[in-house]
Amino acid sequence: MSAPARRNTWLLVALMAPAAAFFLAFWLLPMVRLVGVGAGGPQGLSAYLLVITNESYFRSLLNTLGLSAAVTAATLVIACIAGLFLERNQFAGRSVLIAVLTFPLAFPGVVVGFLIILLCGRQGIVGEITLRLTGEKLVLAYTLGGLFLGYLYFSIPRVILTVMAAAEKLDHALVEAARTLGANPWQILRDVTIPALMPALISSGAICFATSVGAFGTAFTLATNITVLPMTIYGEFTNYANLSVAAALSIVLGIVTWAVLALARSLAGNTVAAAA
Amino acid sequence: MSAASQKRTALFYAQLIFTLLVCAFLVVPMVLSIMAGVTANYFVGIKSGVTTKWLVEVWNLYDRTIFLSIGIALASVVCTLVLGVPAAYVLAKRQGRVSRLIEELLVLPVAVPGLATALALIQFWGPFPQFRTSWLFILVGHVIFTLPFMVRPVLAIMLTGDLKSLEEAAATLGARFAQRFFSVVVPNVKGGILAGSLMVFTLSVGEFNITWMLHTPLTMTLPVGLADSYASMRLEIGSAYTIIFFVIIIPLLMAMQSMGGRTRDRARP
Repeated sequence: MSAPARRNTWLLVALMAPAAAFFLAFWLLPMVRLVGVGAGGPQGLSAYLLVITNESYFRSLLNTLGLSAAVTAATLVIACIAGLFLERNQFAGRSVLIAVLTFPLAFPGVVVGFLIILLCGRQGIVGEITLRLTGEKLVLAYTLGGLFLGYLYFSIPRVILTVMAAAEKLDHALVEAARTLGANPWQILRDVTIPALMPALISSGAICFATSVGAFGTAFTLATNITVLPMTIYGEFTNYANLSVAAALSIVLGIVTWAVLALARSLAGNTVAAAA
Repeated sequence: MSAASQKRTALFYAQLIFTLLVCAFLVVPMVLSIMAGVTANYFVGIKSGVTTKWLVEVWNLYDRTIFLSIGIALASVVCTLVLGVPAAYVLAKRQGRVSRLIEELLVLPVAVPGLATALALIQFWGPFPQFRTSWLFILVGHVIFTLPFMVRPVLAIMLTGDLKSLEEAAATLGARFAQRFFSVVVPNVKGGILAGSLMVFTLSVGEFNITWMLHTPLTMTLPVGLADSYASMRLEIGSAYTIIFFVIIIPLLMAMQSMGGRTRDRARP
């Protein structure tokens, strides 16, 4: 290596150093220690299997995965219908609708939980309407249904915007060709549009799933009767001061979300931006 | 667009109604919370009168959380700029296996649930109570979480732009590295820096999952205060507090949306 090239390399190393040092001190080393803490409890390394061997943790895991899968499936269907519609049609008020869809993007989970309580809690508008219509008050907020709606609330905007961005790049000539060849709208959707959108659907679906699995704020406000894994971890840490189990469970949770995102990226190409 | 010129069919209206329902699902609860925040007694209804007393009460109870959140968000932008822009420059210069690995690592705090990051920070830095109880502890959590959102847009612009030849030209003219960096590189990635800063600020203001674990009673941020008010105050106060949050966050989101729209339009032929 020539002297200027070597100097150049040192310069780059120096430029990367602050970020690297910060990351090491405030994430990587603490995380490595957390893995050790997880194995340092009375159960030792088998603490990492507790999520499967302990019945209540296992139920909490199943709740979390089932809920997240259902939310992801529903969000993808909703986002495809609304996203494709908004991308393909020009009409008055379209930009207002798109703006509305972006609002919830940066709402903290607690706010989403609170909004769901206003929508279908004990004093919620859904309860009022059902009371008048059927004579019975429908209170969904604190059930699995309420969590489902909350997770849907923060997932829909993210996925719709991804679907719209992908649909924008879609080759319109393909759709035209299919139409000329006599395909009906349903066939075009099934054989042209959906396959073309598939990478975007896989990546945004993975983000949606991973975000739901790790969602804490919404569960914090709504999950009084049902357990999901983030709430279980929080409970172990604050109510029982059981740091080793909380550590082991949160490492497992982290591995699940990371693996889902990594799998999606290997399936869909390098388009999986991480979730916010 | 050719689809737009077509006759509007039943399918169009079915999709329109569906899309409107989705928007209603997102907007109706927001409207409810705004109404609840200015209603004298929500359980009686709007006929009990419109009032600003809940907003005033929130301000008296929680004004510090608002200033702290804005302060932490600004500090996060400064920190992610200082750490992230040079890092993005290195990643743009050296596109190799090591760079990809560094990129992957930097995104991990976003891929892994905030709860895990917070637990790791608490048990690692807990032995330093001065740090543990200061607002800097929350700042550190926010910077770790938002750093990729600064690096990514800056890196993307560095990779698409003609940065290399511009820098070479400046070097030929005898510009030293610091001169090149601040007068050629930074101005050319202004768009990415702006987008990243806006994103970092917005995410920091809304961050709850990590902050809830890291906060102390003296370092409550806006979202933490919101959770506190939902749990312990009457519905009207929680709602009024949510209004204040909307007033801060929605202009930021609209700015982000219009910036995204502009870059998209520019990319269009």
